[in-house]
Amino acid sequence: MSVVTNTTTIGAIDAPSRRNTELMMMVFAVAISVFAYANVGLAMDGKLPSGMFGYGAGLILLGGVAHLVVRKFAPYADPLLLPLATLLNGLGLVLIWRLDQSPRLIQRAEVLYGAYSPDAPKQLLYSAIGVAFFVAVLVILKDHRILQRYTYISMVAALILLILPMFFPAVNGAKIWISLGPFSIQPGEFAKILIAVFFSGYLMVKRDALALASRRFMGLYLPRGRDLGPIITIWALSILILVFETDLGTSLLFFGLFVVMLYVATERTSWIVFGLLMSAVGAVGVASFEPHVQSRVNAWLDPFSKATMAQSDQIAQSLMSFGSGGTLGTGLGQGHSDLIMFAANADFILSTVGEELGLAGMMAVLLIYGLIVERGVRTALAARDPFGKLLAIGLSGAFAIQVFVVAGGVMGLIPLSGMTMPFLAYGGSSVLANWALIAILIRISDTARRPAPAPAPSSDAEMTQVVRP
Amino acid sequence: MNKPLRRIAIFCGVLILALLVRTNYLQYVRADELNSRDENRRVRIERYAHERGNIIVDGNPVTGSVETKDSDFKYKRVWKNGPMWAPVTGYSSQAFDANFLEKLEDGILTGNDDQLFFNRTLSMFTGEKKQGGNVVTTLNAAAQKAAFKGLGDKKGAVAALDPQTGAILALVSTPSYDPSTFAGNSTADSKAWEKLSKDKNKPMLNRALRETYPPGSTFKVVTAAAALENGLYTSIDEHTKSPLPYRLPLTTGNLENEGNIPCENASLREALRWSCNTVFGKISDDLGNQKMIDQANKFGFNKDVFTPVRADASVYPKDNRPQNAMAGIGQASNRATPLQMAMVAAAVANDGKLMQPYMVAERKAPNLDVIYTHEKEQLSQPLSGENAQKLQQMMETVVKNGTGTNALINGVTVGGKTGTAQHGLNNSEKPYAWFISYAKTDKGSPVAVAVVVEDGQANRDDISGGGLAAPIAKAVMKAVIDSKK
Repeated sequence: MSVVTNTTTIGAIDAPSRRNTELMMMVFAVAISVFAYANVGLAMDGKLPSGMFGYGAGLILLGGVAHLVVRKFAPYADPLLLPLATLLNGLGLVLIWRLDQSPRLIQRAEVLYGAYSPDAPKQLLYSAIGVAFFVAVLVILKDHRILQRYTYISMVAALILLILPMFFPAVNGAKIWISLGPFSIQPGEFAKILIAVFFSGYLMVKRDALALASRRFMGLYLPRGRDLGPIITIWALSILILVFETDLGTSLLFFGLFVVMLYVATERTSWIVFGLLMSAVGAVGVASFEPHVQSRVNAWLDPFSKATMAQSDQIAQSLMSFGSGGTLGTGLGQGHSDLIMFAANADFILSTVGEELGLAGMMAVLLIYGLIVERGVRTALAARDPFGKLLAIGLSGAFAIQVFVVAGGVMGLIPLSGMTMPFLAYGGSSVLANWALIAILIRISDTARRPAPAPAPSSDAEMTQVVRP
Repeated sequence: MNKPLRRIAIFCGVLILALLVRTNYLQYVRADELNSRDENRRVRIERYAHERGNIIVDGNPVTGSVETKDSDFKYKRVWKNGPMWAPVTGYSSQAFDANFLEKLEDGILTGNDDQLFFNRTLSMFTGEKKQGGNVVTTLNAAAQKAAFKGLGDKKGAVAALDPQTGAILALVSTPSYDPSTFAGNSTADSKAWEKLSKDKNKPMLNRALRETYPPGSTFKVVTAAAALENGLYTSIDEHTKSPLPYRLPLTTGNLENEGNIPCENASLREALRWSCNTVFGKISDDLGNQKMIDQANKFGFNKDVFTPVRADASVYPKDNRPQNAMAGIGQASNRATPLQMAMVAAAVANDGKLMQPYMVAERKAPNLDVIYTHEKEQLSQPLSGENAQKLQQMMETVVKNGTGTNALINGVTVGGKTGTAQHGLNNSEKPYAWFISYAKTDKGSPVAVAVVVEDGQANRDDISGGGLAAPIAKAVMKAVIDSKK
């Protein structure tokens, strides 16, 4: 950071706080969601949905509280992060509510579970808890650097969260759940944040050793054997997740996150080469004996083959959803994305976006995700402390990888993995964890954009002034 | 740390870009392909989401729609007199897709066809309920009924054409099936479907279009046309210099006639009247394989026929001399669909002009605007007008005082040809009874018909084209003529 550039979002001394911009964007985000809600009701029943005012009021309340808390506790925070998250959460609620109305899904639930209960009210509750999380993080976490103190505690907590699902029964082929009575959580979502905290703290301390103590070999800086320890540990952990929990997405997410943060901390390309090599070895190795992974890969390569269709037609159904949406989509409530049946409102919620909002809607939604990532990276650039930089890039990198893995999976770009689209998909863990993630990013951006204290007046100033005659 | 940060930013940008490219590829480039996939249930959901348009015969719909309580499909297809019309309409089932007109005209019937774009846009603004268009067929209900009744519980098929236009007037296949029994999506429907699929009598086979039979002696009309067209004989009453017995070329076996009939040196007219195998086998051999193939092709052999429902290609094969001689009397590997033989009779009746057979006269938009009308179209000219008239005289002799007297209709000129085609190894199975004919009134020729009866319950020796098939052909022709009055 020797060269001064204009790419940081640190403004001049009197940086505007942009809170009013944020408020306007919030109004926009809430209005779009309420409008979409009305749209679904009109399309499916021909009248405005009865729950519209409750839903609108709920969303306004959540958005308002979040905004006021940011205004009070993080006045210089990035103005886009909160409205973008609110818009996605609001749209997600609409899509889930829309899928709740599907007779096909209702019938399926009644056949499988004997009863049907709509998911949208639960998701609204989760969103409220998520916003409460958001508020709690902003209120309690006055400075993100406090997290640095919990580096190793985070690691232990993350490991426990990641390992626990192994002791719980697999749900639909993947062990990614912890069930406690009526509640079940997906610990991977929370572990994502904890791991980013641990890496930031660990790498900030060790980055010089990792970056400088290395031998040059064929143009690459090879790390010392003892420095390879942590990376191999993480690699082994992600392989273990893949093998024992058959969770392709989480293992990809953690490894990707680690490589990204290691690269940023050390500024050495060799780590990326290592990372890619090791992930390739791991992926090929596991894929060669793990039937669950194999079937995912086969389904990805040929989603319409007889063997794939006999096992699961989800990918094929999802692709046809996208195709049927076409350029402009069928309109909310008028598609048949519920043909995906299982996980239509969770892992596959993007197919509903594709079918009912079309290519235009998909591009918009992907760009919203892109914008969140972009604001996160900007926050990392603007952060003044290495811990904040690492944490911000770690969180936004994890967010980007998760979006890519999930969206790429349902669009048949890469093999499918069982993760959820942040904010959009149904699921308590996901909503809670991602609201917390946004809160941390907002906290870092607030610190980064906060005006520097005015320099102490210098007594020499007047004496060195050039006075022209 | 800012340099790697920027690179990571680019990396994240590439990830998002890859997703953007992929969604464009899926939703723009591949959209049509994905939408028309057989696996895509939306096609079927859309097909039954509204009241489907109707298939119309003689101004009356032979189809209908009823509302169902199924969650996916709102309406179910029903047919009036299903077994009789199934060879025309085909089926349209929520569970088992569709075929024939129901499938080919799906765009019109569901109202999604591009031709209805204007209509659809209009009703979007006026808020009208979406409706399907109608398909008006060329079929003649009376003729269809006569053919269906005539075949009764026998296995067989009837195809009738208007020789002057190519309009299909009757298209019957028995045993038939009722498409209404499996139009829905319930277990009863599946059971009905399974039962029909396993039925040894193949009720779902459209014998008029999709089954090829050895045409037997009815093919002698084509052979006679080839003889006249190639100038082998110019007069139908001159002697043909054909020996009796006639030895098949390159073999030691004789080609036999059915019974003791006057075939030695018989004229073309007499040979057709008595159905002389020896005479026509020799003609086929004299002309050679290529000329026979050419003549058969002009009548439409060796090519699929689209009515628009596809009819299998009839086959006059490339073959060696003895086989070619046998093919000339409609045996060996010569095979024809009933529609094909009706086309032969129609071409002769229409003074040598073969018209493209068709069964969709009009397509109508939901508001009853006609959006398509079939223009009659000549397919080929298998024989000159002069030779066609000679052939007509020959065929009329067959009916007046030959093997086809069972097809005589009072006050109407009828020309025809019987056929009894052997099949099975060494003629081990019951032969097929054929009859092709046309009727002529003072206004030209309104109908040509081909009838095939696979195996009546009759005794083997009683099976003959004249006995079994001609009365059915007569009933069909009579029905057409009566309905024109």
